[in-house]
Amino acid sequence: MKYLGKKIMTLIMTLFLVSAAAFLAFQIIPGDVVASILGTEATPEREAQLREELGFNDPPLVRYGRWVTGVLQGDLGVSYRYSKNMNEMMPVAELIGDKLPVTLWLAVLSFVFIAAVSIPLGVAWAKSGSRFLDAALGVITQTAMAVPSFFLGILVTYVFGILFHLFSPGAYVGYEDNFWGFLGYLVFPALSIALPKIAMTARFLRNSMLTELGLDYVRTAYSKGCTKKRVMYGHVLRNAMMPVITFLGMIVAEIVAGSIVIEQVFGLPGIGRLLISSISTRDFPVVEILILYITFVVIFVYFLVDLLYKVIDPRIS
Amino acid sequence: MGAGNGLQLGRNPFAAGDRRICRRYGFGNSSYERGREMTRGKKTGSGNAGNLKKRWNKYLVAGMIMTGIAVMLGVTGFFWTPYSTTAMSASERFAGPSLRHIFGTDNFGRDIFSRVMQGLGTTIGVSSLVVLFSGAMGILLGAFTGYFGGVADEIVMRITDALNGFPSILLTLVIISLLGTGRQNVIISLGLVFVPGYVRIVRGEFIRLRDADYIKRARMMGAGKFRILFIHILPNIFSVFWVSVMIGFNNAILAESGMSYLGIGVQPPDASLGNMLSDAQGYLQSAPWYAMAPGLTIVWVVLGFSLFSEGIRRRAE
Amino acid sequence: MKKKLCSLLLTALLGMAVLGGCADGTGESSGDNSSMESTSGSEDSTSGEESTPQEESTSEDGSGESSSGTADAGQEASGNTNGGSVVVGIQQDIDSLDPHKATAAGTKEILFNIFEGLVKPDENGNLVNAVASDYTVSEDGLVYTFTLREGVKFHNGNAVTAEDVKYSLERVSGLLDGTPLISTLSTIQAVEILDEKTVQVTVGSANTELIYSFVAAIIPSGSGEEEGADPIGTGPFSYVSYKPQEGIVLAKFADYWQQGLPSLDQVEFKITGSADTALMELQGGTIDLYAYLTDSQAQTLKDSHQVIASPSNVVQALFLNNAVAPLDDVRVRQAILYALDKEAVNDFVGGGSGTLISSAMLPTLKDYYVDLNDTYGTTANVEKAKELLTEAGLADGFDLEIAIPSNYEFHMQTGEVVVEQLKAAGINATIKAVEWSTWLEEVYNGRQYAATISGITCDMTPGYLLNRFQTDSSKNFINFANTEYDETYAKAQASLDLTEKAAYYARLQEILCEEAGSAFLQVPANMTAISKRLTGYKFYPVYVQDMSTVQIVE
Repeated sequence: MKYLGKKIMTLIMTLFLVSAAAFLAFQIIPGDVVASILGTEATPEREAQLREELGFNDPPLVRYGRWVTGVLQGDLGVSYRYSKNMNEMMPVAELIGDKLPVTLWLAVLSFVFIAAVSIPLGVAWAKSGSRFLDAALGVITQTAMAVPSFFLGILVTYVFGILFHLFSPGAYVGYEDNFWGFLGYLVFPALSIALPKIAMTARFLRNSMLTELGLDYVRTAYSKGCTKKRVMYGHVLRNAMMPVITFLGMIVAEIVAGSIVIEQVFGLPGIGRLLISSISTRDFPVVEILILYITFVVIFVYFLVDLLYKVIDPRIS
Repeated sequence: MGAGNGLQLGRNPFAAGDRRICRRYGFGNSSYERGREMTRGKKTGSGNAGNLKKRWNKYLVAGMIMTGIAVMLGVTGFFWTPYSTTAMSASERFAGPSLRHIFGTDNFGRDIFSRVMQGLGTTIGVSSLVVLFSGAMGILLGAFTGYFGGVADEIVMRITDALNGFPSILLTLVIISLLGTGRQNVIISLGLVFVPGYVRIVRGEFIRLRDADYIKRARMMGAGKFRILFIHILPNIFSVFWVSVMIGFNNAILAESGMSYLGIGVQPPDASLGNMLSDAQGYLQSAPWYAMAPGLTIVWVVLGFSLFSEGIRRRAE
Repeated sequence: MKKKLCSLLLTALLGMAVLGGCADGTGESSGDNSSMESTSGSEDSTSGEESTPQEESTSEDGSGESSSGTADAGQEASGNTNGGSVVVGIQQDIDSLDPHKATAAGTKEILFNIFEGLVKPDENGNLVNAVASDYTVSEDGLVYTFTLREGVKFHNGNAVTAEDVKYSLERVSGLLDGTPLISTLSTIQAVEILDEKTVQVTVGSANTELIYSFVAAIIPSGSGEEEGADPIGTGPFSYVSYKPQEGIVLAKFADYWQQGLPSLDQVEFKITGSADTALMELQGGTIDLYAYLTDSQAQTLKDSHQVIASPSNVVQALFLNNAVAPLDDVRVRQAILYALDKEAVNDFVGGGSGTLISSAMLPTLKDYYVDLNDTYGTTANVEKAKELLTEAGLADGFDLEIAIPSNYEFHMQTGEVVVEQLKAAGINATIKAVEWSTWLEEVYNGRQYAATISGITCDMTPGYLLNRFQTDSSKNFINFANTEYDETYAKAQASLDLTEKAAYYARLQEILCEEAGSAFLQVPANMTAISKRLTGYKFYPVYVQDMSTVQIVE
């Protein structure tokens, strides 16, 4: 448990560092939220008023301290830019809570694709003795891994949206309005995320299985009279799947943190797009929480992966 | 420990951060692959695994040809292109691919092939320098922190952790906002973003080797610290480091084009592949070749280089 | 050209529309002058205004025939149905639902449907009465007396009272809490209620253009700071919901004072992100109307949609910082003007649909606009440019960094063309793409730049654009400094005679052009694509998306 305590301490330290770095970054980069809100029609009076309203007249450290205190008390603050109605600004928690399902469902769907395609594919690949299939899959997966996500998004839009009219790009449906329509629209962005990961996972599973096949216990199993099927599914796949599961765990973190670009390409109102637009409008409270959230997810998943590793292989210290 | 550190070869959202996975699981991890390769040789005997001693393999040949063509075009693009990359022609807007303009022309009537050549040169040049810079920094920081440990190590690792969690888009954005856009600033900012990954790799290897018997003996014989660091240990981590450099180069290409795609990289009217892709997105329907040319070029380069590094790795075994 | 056929067809249809109703200019005082018959495809066409829908504009505006742009491409024959729901694509998120605090043009164009002022703009660029049924201005221009219209109701069902008007005007002018929300109205000294239907406003200085500022929204008394769960106005649509990054939904206001309006039951303004996404959504049918297409996108849609170009109210220019070397030398600025080929810019980025200009006035403001395009020519004169540079001691050219807000693809593309054109004259220009908020801080407010390409959105006030180039104006971000200009502007403001005022304004435009204050390029066209199932969309010379007259045809 000492290990766990240390990890949690590290997590907290890292989150703190990240939040401080983001705050610092916002102090340094040019572009001011007040100017950005008021635009070209700013009057000095409005500017002064807004500065006062947003508490910008306090020194940076005081503002950062106020922000940290708020977060520790569970108050994530309010957005500078998005108003809930005529008077009230949008609470960050509500804003993000609204966008999070989009990103999460995108991640879930991508993950389902990855798991559902890559595992059978990897197994079939490892089992097949065909040199042609081996080479073909090798080339296909290498190529799939070489496509940058933004170009893949464009390709998917072009092929499925414009050539085959399988979906109409941009016709996003809100999850509250029509959940199935929403999920239907997410299929293609999820495909764009999943494709390279499928290639990667399939390659990985195949390699993992081939390694297992070369180990002594396989020979032992065969010599005991096990059928090929039993050896494959009873022993090899089970062992080979262990690292694959942790591998998939890491892919979850990748997806959550990495869907930013895909959301841009497909116009999905998820947290990735919120992050980009909040950065460009200098909406600090929103950016700060989003960064912390993404950092947390990434660190947490890696932590789980590490933990899983220890469980699987006690030799790792 | 080695594996644990292998996990962390940086993360960048542009490339959807596949490096740590690649590094860990087989698309480059030498010990892992070696085992796998032997297995293949013995059990399945498929592919070209039987010819382990052969100096040339299909991967190497294909990779070299593809990379060679790309580098040749890119380097030529620095000095000469078939047409001017900036001269506009109202009469030749959106000409489809033809003998005159093999990749067609863009919305300003500029020759896309010439612009791809120029963009390729920029991309390859920038990526090489990024890898050079971040690799060198990684060796320096990783060597010292890994070998000596202590407070400096703890600090560097915490910063590395924080940087790893921090969305790289924001990080590059901050650096670009501070330095301004332009080629050299893209190099600096990507270089900085990539440093933590290399630090982790190098540090892990140094920790692993620090207590190796031959190092202990060297220490007993009174070898100086620098001698141990750079004469005794460094050459021994080279194979591992080389693999991460290879993967790093590909990621640098993806990241550079990603930045240009988001508009914070190389500035128009200078051509860059990402930049062209983002411009082309608006004409996907009327002029699909405009998007395909730079997009497929990126795929070509990345694929070629991964085949090349795969080939090198296989030859080494 | 390929678009010829479509353009011909459109011209024919519009011609019919013009023939249908070529009524003469309407006075400012007739409140119901906008044609509201639900089946009418014709609009009043006034001589003082033009918003010619040109599919393929040749950019000369004095083409005699001018028609207001309704987009009902001849479909009125098939009968309209009341009700229905329409989705309009918008570019940016809404900055505030408070009509007095909203500053973004993209927000105001939506709020136009929810709120009304005492007066409001019509599609011909004139002011018509709205919440007020009539108004008079005293001889000295200092006292405005507004008579309130009978039967105007807020969305909450309450009738508009003089109290509400007083509150609204005091709020925007800063009389309530000392912070003027609309700077032009800060000149208001007092608002008095004469009787329950009459409000008298006293202002500090006479200005014939002040009336344009009374478009400021009338809101229920006291609602500004306290009530505010919903924006409540008197407009044809009432507010339903708003979601950040997604959009805003409005519903028909049944008690709207103009009988028969609006037709639609619901309007959704949906944020589409980029114009690329908007294009796809138009094709997919998830949005019905989008006003900010690029020229090439418009070409893609011309068969499936009604695509209409109308002059926008944006002045696009290569703004030059008159205070930094070498641009502080008038010859260098003039050289840049000679080096530019405005026609090529217009062709490349706007498909020739823009209107070329040479000074800071919208050609649509016909009474005030002077055509100065001959001063430097609309095509490049590289010889002359080089000559001037040599005179200025810059025979070898110089480096020029052009900062451009990267979210505006139109300006970015213009930048690419401009850089190429300047190169021919030996000027080594480079583009520096900056984020909008950075642009505001560094370029617009901080004035730390050499050159920038951007657009200034104008309201209907003729002097709006000229005002900012006074030496000590806080908005004079190009650091233009010219004593004659300042004096002339002061005279223009003091003048209560419109002809005299126009003469002063003409001189101001000339000075700005002669001194090459900046390289004014064009007034880009708004390329609007409208679903064929809609009719009755009106084009305004200001940023407004008036949905009240839009109808669905079956």
